[in-house]
Amino acid sequence: MAEETRITPREKREMAKAAETTRPGPVFTPEVDIYEKDNEIVLVADMPGVTAGKLTVDLNKDILTIDGEAEAPKGEGETELLREFAAGGRYTRQFTVSDVIDRDKITATLKNGVMRLTLPKVAKAQPRKIEVKEA
Amino acid sequence: MLMGRPFFGWPLAGWREFDELDRLRRRLDALSETIWPAAGAAGVYPLFNITEDADNYYVRAELPGMTGSDLDIKVTGRALSISGQRKAETDPEASYHRRERRSGTFDRTITLPAEVDADKVDARMKNGILTVTLPKAAHAKPRQIKVKS
Repeated sequence: MAEETRITPREKREMAKAAETTRPGPVFTPEVDIYEKDNEIVLVADMPGVTAGKLTVDLNKDILTIDGEAEAPKGEGETELLREFAAGGRYTRQFTVSDVIDRDKITATLKNGVMRLTLPKVAKAQPRKIEVKEA
Repeated sequence: MLMGRPFFGWPLAGWREFDELDRLRRRLDALSETIWPAAGAAGVYPLFNITEDADNYYVRAELPGMTGSDLDIKVTGRALSISGQRKAETDPEASYHRRERRSGTFDRTITLPAEVDADKVDARMKNGILTVTLPKAAHAKPRQIKVKS
């Protein structure tokens, strides 16, 4: 179903800056998928151009912040002919994380410009199947 | 749609007024998106940045999560076409809270300013960004003319 459809063009969402940023360059909101399984919540974010060294994932109280700096892939001495997207810049987004997350076991991987953050649930928050016994 | 796009991060005073225009355009785009949601803001996918130096053209596109095997790149004369499929990874056991990342097929063809050497075209993916390097055909390269006295 979803495999057959054509991709709908959409422009990168540039964030309205609430505060003055200290570094120059645009700030984007990455597109994310968030899904939940019995034992974990997974967050997948598109962050093209971001390398692992330039990505920070921070959990402060219940606010989870992902922030990645993208490298502009332009080489030296090249002249621009067409610019349709802003190369480089930052991808930032914040989420509220509930108490059911086992904070110590959060893991993040970055591959081909896609970040995958796994937020495992604490054992007691996982659903348990209750067997109904006949009396 | 491409004109008036500011050169982000270029602190040139002359671009200030374009910033203002760009902000207006963005607002209009946001408005048109609410009226015709399918139209999309830019109208094409993927978006390209094209640069050149004396020897090559460089076409770059942001295609996060894609690998070389998902892409099909063809060069004929001055035309470069890139097509592919971004697969949706659906976990049957998962329930989705948000699905913003796009999936599906795409293809886009552009015409380059001059002919390229199709045999020497190189394409590589790095951190979700595709870079296609297209060497200019010998007759399309600029030639330095020495002025004799």
